[in-house]
Amino acid sequence: MTTTRPFGRAVKRKEDARFVTGIGKYTDDLVLPGMVHMAVVRSPYAHARITGIDTTPAAGMEGVIGVFTGADIAAAGFGGIPCAWVVPDSDTKTPEHPPIAVDTVRYVGDAVAIVVAGTDYQARDAAYAVDVGYEPLDVVVDAEKATADGAAQLHADVPANVCFHWTVSGGDVAAAFDAADVIVEEKIINQRLIPTAMEPRSALAQWDPAMEELTLWVTSQNPHIVRFLLSLDTPVPEHKIRVIAPDVGGGFGSKIPHYPEDSMVVFASMQTGRPVKWTETRSENFQATIHGRDHIEYVELAATSEGKILGVRAKTYANLGAYLSTASTGVPTILHGLMLSGVYTIDNIHEDVYGVFTNTTPVDAYRGAGRPEAAFMLERMVDKLAHKLEMDPVEVRRLNLIPPFTDGHEVATGLIYDTGNYAAALDKVLDLADYKALRNSQRELREQGRYVGIGVVTYAEICGLGPSEVAGAVGFGGGLWESSIVRFHPSGKVELLVGVNPHGQGEETTFAQIVADQLGVDIDDVTVTYGDTGRTPMGWGTYGSRTTAVASGAMMGAIERIKDKGRKIAAHLLEASVDDIEFEDGRFYVKGSPDSAQTIQDIALAANTAWNLPEDTEPGLEASAFFNPSNFVYPFGAHVAVVEVDAETGEIDLQRYVAVDDCGPHINPMIVEGQIHGGIVQGIGQALWEGVAYDDNGQLLTSSLMDYALPKADFLPEFELAHTVTPTAVNPLGVKGIGEAGTIGSTPTIYNAVMDALQPLGVDKVDMPLTPERVWRAIQDAQS
Amino acid sequence: MRVSVTINGTSYEREVEARLLLVDFIRDHIGLTGTNIGCDTGQCGSCTIHLDGNAVKSCMILAVQADGGTVTTIEGIRSNGKLHPMQEAFREKHGLQCGFCTPGMIMTATKIVEAHPGASDAEIRHALEGNLCRCTGYENIVRAIRHAGAEATPHSPFEGDETHTHSTLRDAEHRAAARGTAT
Repeated sequence: MTTTRPFGRAVKRKEDARFVTGIGKYTDDLVLPGMVHMAVVRSPYAHARITGIDTTPAAGMEGVIGVFTGADIAAAGFGGIPCAWVVPDSDTKTPEHPPIAVDTVRYVGDAVAIVVAGTDYQARDAAYAVDVGYEPLDVVVDAEKATADGAAQLHADVPANVCFHWTVSGGDVAAAFDAADVIVEEKIINQRLIPTAMEPRSALAQWDPAMEELTLWVTSQNPHIVRFLLSLDTPVPEHKIRVIAPDVGGGFGSKIPHYPEDSMVVFASMQTGRPVKWTETRSENFQATIHGRDHIEYVELAATSEGKILGVRAKTYANLGAYLSTASTGVPTILHGLMLSGVYTIDNIHEDVYGVFTNTTPVDAYRGAGRPEAAFMLERMVDKLAHKLEMDPVEVRRLNLIPPFTDGHEVATGLIYDTGNYAAALDKVLDLADYKALRNSQRELREQGRYVGIGVVTYAEICGLGPSEVAGAVGFGGGLWESSIVRFHPSGKVELLVGVNPHGQGEETTFAQIVADQLGVDIDDVTVTYGDTGRTPMGWGTYGSRTTAVASGAMMGAIERIKDKGRKIAAHLLEASVDDIEFEDGRFYVKGSPDSAQTIQDIALAANTAWNLPEDTEPGLEASAFFNPSNFVYPFGAHVAVVEVDAETGEIDLQRYVAVDDCGPHINPMIVEGQIHGGIVQGIGQALWEGVAYDDNGQLLTSSLMDYALPKADFLPEFELAHTVTPTAVNPLGVKGIGEAGTIGSTPTIYNAVMDALQPLGVDKVDMPLTPERVWRAIQDAQS
Repeated sequence: MRVSVTINGTSYEREVEARLLLVDFIRDHIGLTGTNIGCDTGQCGSCTIHLDGNAVKSCMILAVQADGGTVTTIEGIRSNGKLHPMQEAFREKHGLQCGFCTPGMIMTATKIVEAHPGASDAEIRHALEGNLCRCTGYENIVRAIRHAGAEATPHSPFEGDETHTHSTLRDAEHRAAARGTAT
C-alpha cells in the first residue's frame, strides 16, 4: 500500500540507473555472433548522373564480404523508400526514392553503394575504394529559386521542382486587408537546422533464413511504423519483421523516418547471411539524416489603428530537400499552416505553401515541426505591428488574445482548440519577469547608450497527435491512436506494455507513476516495456508531444478494466455484491468495512491461480485498451527574454529567460521542467547560433560539429520557470504534451528581444541565426 | 602493434592496428560500451574517459598512445557496488534525459569537482565547454555538478580513486596536447 500517491511527484527516473552507469544499450552497443559491418559510399556531388561504378578494387580488399549497388538492391526486390504523408488537395508528387541511387544522385550524401566487411574500419576503407564515375548536373539549393524558369530539375516527373501547392484559408482575407488601417509585411527566412541527436543513427539487421524472419534493431522513435514501412519496401511481410529500438539517444524528430539505411542493412544481411550493423559518423549524420525547418516566408499582417489584428496572409516556400522523407509533406502544411491563428482571434487567414525539391538533404520533422515556424512568423509580425503603432507589444497581444475557454474554441483555420487561458499565462510571466521594471530599466540604460531588449511571446501549439480520423483526412498514412497492456503477474508485480517509444523523455518513470497511482502498487513493482514490436502492442510512436497525452488514455482504459475485474473477484472472495466494492490505494473492500480488504496483489494471485473465481470470469489479471483521442491537445505559454547587445561587436548577452508554460497537470514536475529546459535551448539555438549553410554547388559547409554551432552550457543563463495548469478534456488525466513547447516559444522570444534592443539603432530585421557578425553588419548598414 | 592498458583495474594486452582509436579499443576490443561516440571531430565529449587521471576525449587519441596507461571509464567509477556521488547527483538533479552524453558528462564532471569542489555555476558552465548535450539544456547538469561539489568531502571518491587527483581540465588538455593529441 502506498502512503503518498506518486502522481504529481518529482519521482527520480527509473531509467537513470542504467544510463549513469554506462550499462544502457544503444543500438551501436549491440554485438551479435558473426556480426559484420556496413559502410555507405556517398555522393560528393549534389546533383550528378552516375556514369559507372567499379566495385572490383573494393571487393578485393581485406575483410570485404560484398559490395553492392542500387541495381543490386533493386534486383533483390527492395523498392523505393515510401513517403508516409501525402497531403490531399495539394497535387503532391511522390517521385521515386531508391534506397541506393541507381542512375542519378540528388544531394551530397546520397547513397551510391554499400560495402560489407568484417570490421567497420575495413568497411570504411573499402568504401573509399569504390570507384564511381559522375557527370555533374546543374544544382539548386534554394527553395524559391528552384521554382524559377531555368532552375535545375531534380525529378523528371516534378515540373519546376514543386512537390505540392497547399493552401489554408479562413474568412475573407482580401476584404480584411482592404479594410485595414495598417499592414506590416516581412520576408522571413526560417533557416535550415540539423537536429543533432547526440546518438548518431545506427541499424543492425539479422535475417533468419530458416524462419524467414527479420529482426532490425534501429535508432527509432517509432518501431511499429518502421516495421509497417519495411513491409512495404522490402520483400519481408510485416508479420515476419520484428523491429527493436533499444535505448535511443535522442531523436527530436530525426529518428521518426524510415531511412534508406534500414533497407540497406536488411538487404545486406539477406545477401551475406550475417547480422549486419551500420552506424553513421557525425559527418554522415549531418549529410544523410533529415534536417529541419528551411522556409522562405512572405508574410503580411493587417490590423486596425488600435492594434486589432484583422488578417494574416502568407506565401511560403518550404524546402523539402532532394526526396520526400516519411513525414516531409505534413510538416510545413498541417503542422504549420493550421496554427497561423496562434493564441489570437484572427478571423481571416490565408497561406499558400509550396513544397519544393532542391539538391539538399531531405527535410522532415525537427522538434516542434512546423509549429515553431508558424509561431515565429506570427509573433514576429505582432511585434512589428506594435512597433509600427508605437504600442507596447504586450498590449497588442492582450488586445488580440482569445479569451479563456474550457469547452473548445474554433479558429479561422478550422482547428478547435481544446482549452486555454492565454491571459493567465501572460500575466504570470510578466509578473515573474517584473515587466514594468524591465521597461523602466531599459529606458534608463538606453539613455546610457546601452542596448537592452525585452522579448515577449505568447504561443499555443497543436500536439498530442491525434484523432486518427483527422490523420486520415489530412493524408497521414497511419493512425494516431495508442494502445497498452497492463499485466499483473501472480506475485502482484505489474508489467505495462506500450506502443509508444520514449527516448529520453522519461515515460518509463511517468507511466509507472500513473499505474502505481491508479492501482495502488509500489512504483518499483511496475515495469514499463516499450520499443520492441515483438513484445509490445501496436502504437504509432513518440513524436508530436503525443506520448503521454495519447498513450495515457490507453493506459487508463486498461487500468479501468483491471479495476473492474478486480472488483468482481474481490466481491466473490469477500462474499459481497460487486456494487458494494470500493477500491482505494490498492485495496478492495466492502463499503463501510475498509479493515477487511483484499489487496490488488491478493486479487492478482487469485486471478492467476484461478482456484476460486466467480462464474464467467476468465483467469488472469490483464487488460488491454486502445485510445483514439477525440481531438489534439493545445498546450500554451508565455515567455520573456532579456538581452543586451554590444553594438560595437554585435554580441548578444542573454541575461534572463522567464517562461510560463501550461501543459495541464504535471505527472512528474521534475521531468516537465527538464523537457522545457531542453526545448527552450533548442529554440534559442535557432535564434542565435544554429544554421545550415550550403554553397551554390550544394556542398554542405556546416558538415561537422566544428561548423554547426550547438548551444553550449556557458552560452546560457539559468532559466526562471513557472506554470499555469489548464487541464484538457481530451484524455482522462487532462494532460497535454510538453516536449516541443519550449522550442516553439523560445525562438521568437529571443528574436523579438534582440530586435527590441536594436530598435534605437534602426535595425528591425536580421536573418537568423543572430550571430555577432550578422548583427554587427545590420547595425553598420542601418547607421550608414 | 602490441598495446597494454589497464582499464577499470583490469590489465588488457591486445594486438591492434596503429590507427585504432582508443574509444574503439575500449568499445569494440574490450567490450565496454558505456563510453559513447557522438561525433568525429572531438567536439561532443560523449567519449570522455580518464586516462592517467585526466579527463580525455578517447576519440582523439590512439589506443597505442595509451600503452602502459591507466584508464577509467564510466563503468569503473562505482565503488563497492555504490554509485559514485556524481552518478547519484545526475540522477538526483535530473541531469540526463536520453543518457547518451551522460557518461562523458559524468567523467568530465568528476574532474571539475575534483579540481574545484566549490566551483560556481559560471565556472562549471565554462568547464563543460567540451561536452555537448542536446536534451537537457544543461541547467540540470550544472545543478548536478554543483550539488555533487557541495557534497564532496576530503575522503569522498572525488579524491584518491586515481593517480592524479588535483589536475584541472585545462591541465588535462595541456598534458594530452603534450602527448601529441588534442582533447
